Amino acid sequence: MMEDFEPVIIAFCCHYCAYTAADMAGSQRRCYPANVRIIRVPCSGKVDVIHILKAFENGADGVYVAGCLEGDCHFKNGNIRAARRVAYARKLMESVGIEGERLEMVNLSAGMGDRFAEIAGRITEKIRKMGPNPIRNTIRPVA
Amino acid sequence: MITAERKPLEEIIEYIRPFQKILLIGCNECVTVCSAGGRKEVGVLSSLLQMSFLKQGKNLQIREHTLERQCDPEYVEELVSMVDGVDAILSMACGCGVQEICRRFKNKPVFPAVNTKFMGASERQGVWAERCQGCGNCLLGVTGGICPIARCSKQLMNGPCGGSTSGKCEISPDVDCAWQLIWDRLKALGMEDRYEEIIPAKDWRPGRAAGPRKIIREDLAE
Repeated sequence: MMEDFEPVIIAFCCHYCAYTAADMAGSQRRCYPANVRIIRVPCSGKVDVIHILKAFENGADGVYVAGCLEGDCHFKNGNIRAARRVAYARKLMESVGIEGERLEMVNLSAGMGDRFAEIAGRITEKIRKMGPNPIRNTIRPVA
Repeated sequence: MITAERKPLEEIIEYIRPFQKILLIGCNECVTVCSAGGRKEVGVLSSLLQMSFLKQGKNLQIREHTLERQCDPEYVEELVSMVDGVDAILSMACGCGVQEICRRFKNKPVFPAVNTKFMGASERQGVWAERCQGCGNCLLGVTGGICPIARCSKQLMNGPCGGSTSGKCEISPDVDCAWQLIWDRLKALGMEDRYEEIIPAKDWRPGRAAGPRKIIREDLAE
């Protein structure tokens, strides 16, 4: 069963760095797992706790928020705020019995296509080892 | 504003465990400003409860709604059409809001999802501090605009006490000595003579000491 498990991973990517890095990964013909579904946001600071929780509630197995490198946020400190929200959301997830490790904050610049692919691969493998989101079987499967 | 904090999730879960359909209501006033029970917090709590019960194999039905104000009957009336189909109501408003919901919907169990804390002000993003205890007879005019009742740990009318050190209260280095603040401000305003006036023992009856309070404006009351 676990061998067949293909995790669904949601990546909230900021428009200015992480999303551009994903684009760069494509231009560089770098492969990364198809498990990762990218949601482009204007800034990682736009991502709220509710967006993260809703992803898990709807069956995502892993979520990561990808913002600019610290100090390089296009909106000054959106990525710092995002990191604090991610830390808070991890605690909330733990409180309902969903492992906080399923959620991560990562930082990368627009030119880091390699790093984008590496992060996508690393997080997919980590979640694959952890197994499905504990509530996945009791809800309608995500598309 | 009236400040509040969300109750521990385990406590809320125990309240609603026997029920299947829940109406979760927030309030757009004070609890929205202090990030305890507004629309956003309603969404977060709803999601957490949903996941917690899903993990135990139970599919809870939660309807979310946030009222303009939960402590006013006009707004609470909005809930009439939603209440019939639910087993229980969970309110993220302050204690006033929760009780207004109870008064209106006598046949539904109503539970609080936040702990109401104090009347306070926002010190900075994400930090709220107590500023008023509703004593019913405001002293701010004689204490330089700083309240010794809400901000002095001993509620001294004439301070500071011997526990004031370098402007901090003996209970914690994080707590300012209210009387040091009062003195500093009177001095800055050139009103040191106010400090010389002895404030007599306070009559606490206008506060909570004379029982539950009520305000009646005869020109408005029907």
